Amino acid sequence: MDEIPYAIKILIAGGFGAGKTTMVGSVSEIEPLRTEEVITAESVGIDDLAGVEEKTTTTVAMDFGRITLNDGLVLYLFGTPGQDRFWFMWDELSLGAVGAVVLADTRRLADCFPSIDYFEQRGTPFIVAVNCFDGAKEYKPEDVRIALDLDDHVPVLLCDARRRESSKDVLINLVEYVLQRFSGELENTSEAMA
Amino acid sequence: MTHGRTRPSSDSFDLIALVVAADVPMPTVGLEPEHYVVLKLARQPISVAEIAAHSDLPVGVVRILLDDLRAAGCVQVKAPMSVAKMPNTRVLRAVINGLRAL
Repeated sequence: MDEIPYAIKILIAGGFGAGKTTMVGSVSEIEPLRTEEVITAESVGIDDLAGVEEKTTTTVAMDFGRITLNDGLVLYLFGTPGQDRFWFMWDELSLGAVGAVVLADTRRLADCFPSIDYFEQRGTPFIVAVNCFDGAKEYKPEDVRIALDLDDHVPVLLCDARRRESSKDVLINLVEYVLQRFSGELENTSEAMA
Repeated sequence: MTHGRTRPSSDSFDLIALVVAADVPMPTVGLEPEHYVVLKLARQPISVAEIAAHSDLPVGVVRILLDDLRAAGCVQVKAPMSVAKMPNTRVLRAVINGLRAL
């Protein structure tokens, strides 16, 4: 099966309207696609449906894009479903992911707290990219770090999700960060074993 | 089309598992029209998520159709690389290089 490339994925998270699909679209080699998962209330967990006894179905939509990196490697970018009650979908999405980009909108900075909490708890490496919308108040990355109470090692950068080069930079920063973290872990392990 | 099934018999169809149609003649019996739609889409390696998006079928249905097709020997499936489980610096460097070259 050598002719089939390997697939890997990166998640693009953040609050509603933070620019997830825009970022997917600006770097994807295909028009962003939408896939729908039909789920029953049983698997939805604790949410607004509590108390509703009959089975209810809900459709969760996810937008995603693709980047062919070389003959043997394809990268998929998934915009995570925005609503909190779809956390269980995130479990599937984050399984095996390289890492995540949390897009922050400075007008609604608090919207990205749930994503940050989720990735911190799960141990998924993530970086925060502040999407600089037109007319949005200019923030410094350090201000955002303080406002979001991020650990010192989590990279925070400014971006424009509409621009391909900018979105590319964000992804490169994420993977470099993941690489650095893995290398750090490997060093720590070998030190511990010495 | 799925004969009432809501889950595939195995759990191996990740959203980004890559599927390619096997180099065998298309079976002429036992398959639904949607199976052929999936087979056509999989002439080139394609992810489960892309098949769902292009065929306009829910992911759960696509997984069941793929399960049938694999059982019939019509498709090959390659599980994705789990970078989180097995840190692979070589792959991560390849990702960085690939992104820089875009």
